Amino acid sequence: MTLHFPLARPADDPLAPPEIFRRLRDREPVTMATLWDGSRAWLVARHADVRAVLRDLPVSADITRPGFPRIFPLQQALPQGERPPFVLMDPPDHDVLRKLINADFVVRRIEALRPRIRRLVDEHVDAMLAGPRPADLVRAVALPVPSTVICWLLGVPVAEQGAFNEWTSTAIDATSTPERRAHAYGAIGGLLDRLLAEKEHRPGDDMLTRLARHVTSGAVSRHDALTTAMLILIAGHETTANMIALGTLTLLGHPEQADALRDDPGLAPNAVEELLRYLSIVDGVIGRVALEDFTLAGRQVRAGDGIVVLIPSANRDPGVFDDPDTLDLRRPARRHVAFGYGLHQCLGQPLARVELQVTLTTLLRRVPGLRLAVPMSELTFKQNDGVYGVRSLPLTWNEEN
Amino acid sequence: MRIDIDEPACIGSGQCVLIAPEVFGQRDEDGTVVLLRPEPGAESREAVHEAAGVCPARAIMVGG
Ligand code: HEM
Ligand code: SF4
Repeated sequence: MTLHFPLARPADDPLAPPEIFRRLRDREPVTMATLWDGSRAWLVARHADVRAVLRDLPVSADITRPGFPRIFPLQQALPQGERPPFVLMDPPDHDVLRKLINADFVVRRIEALRPRIRRLVDEHVDAMLAGPRPADLVRAVALPVPSTVICWLLGVPVAEQGAFNEWTSTAIDATSTPERRAHAYGAIGGLLDRLLAEKEHRPGDDMLTRLARHVTSGAVSRHDALTTAMLILIAGHETTANMIALGTLTLLGHPEQADALRDDPGLAPNAVEELLRYLSIVDGVIGRVALEDFTLAGRQVRAGDGIVVLIPSANRDPGVFDDPDTLDLRRPARRHVAFGYGLHQCLGQPLARVELQVTLTTLLRRVPGLRLAVPMSELTFKQNDGVYGVRSLPLTWNEEN
Repeated sequence: MRIDIDEPACIGSGQCVLIAPEVFGQRDEDGTVVLLRPEPGAESREAVHEAAGVCPARAIMVGG
């Protein structure tokens, strides 16, 4: 049987992973598949094997190596022959660039942002409640919240944030034409490039200022500084936005658990881990290429073979998570690989956690009678984009009197 | 209980800090783990084991 990747999620249960993952885990935990461009790559279905690929085995994340599986949407946006952002590099270059900006994601620093993130979410929820019903949660809250937070981190001036938010939502909107998307990416790149130059003269306490200093000192090239800033935007915006929308949708489908979370905000950190596990939105972009021959689950992988790890499958591995298809906001969920594993594990995870905890609990607490305004079957999901999401989420609520 | 850290392997994910803040901290410059208490008491046992099982770099070793 020839498997084609990506695989579709079930039409009647769009929040579940492709059904075939269960069979792969049981019977063919490492198996060959054909990718959209006709090339072949190994699919890895079990939690332990996914962790082994991402942490222990001799593999490379360097997209410029022959054999690297072409599954990442960013790959299409990547100009041929250019040095990629560090998510698609190996050590030592990867580590140098990651360490340069890791200071901005230290837990203590991100926790200090929490009150400001609360105010930001409150403002967007206020605006939504003041506007017409139904409202599209994606446009009203899910997209602008992470985009604004990324502006703070990078140091995009307030006056430019409106344009920045517009461009970022156009850039990731699969319904915009390729020309408009390319134009939006170009505009973002142009803005970040200009800001990098300006920060040399007008420094702030932000990531672009620090990157500009590293360029001046010769620690990084101008090109690497710019691709790093772009990476923060691309990796941190749509992912968080999709989790906000799908997380809300999931909670609306499990009212007893939503009630429990509303009544006990202390449940929020674990609830977010469980939603990350359950939804596994990064479902088709984590590729590697083997650097040496090795055996994995009894299969012989050769140097130069492409590998795709199946995050949604690993996160529903019954060997690690009891009753994995059940959403349980109280279960131990932290061993999920929704943020990846190994040296590329998500750099923005402390921030994503705070944004999700604040946004999901605020919506439950502040919007009375929050519910879906259309039948579930009318929602359009972003299939095969590499990051799973819903295009729009029309919600309604009870008018306070 | 005794903890050892493979500091060069740490990628600064911050997960151990979230799980057992009384035992693990992070360097402000680059997020690398700092062991605040190498021999924490029994009350931290569960959290420390969880942190070791979650650490994406397998950088936390628990003995004793
Ligand atoms: C819920 C939201 C998010 C999810 C599910 C997510 C998921 C992931 C995953 C799975 C990877 C690993 C990629 C690989 O191994 O090839 C990753 C890497 C990364 N993420 Fe996130 N992410 C989220 C939010 C963010 C945020 C908010 C930021 C920053 C503002 C961010 C920045 C990054 C960066 C820079 C990398 C590359 C790390 C490296 O290569 O060392 N992410 N993310
Ligand atoms: S969990 Fe592991 S990788 Fe993350 S900060 Fe702690 S020791 Fe470092």
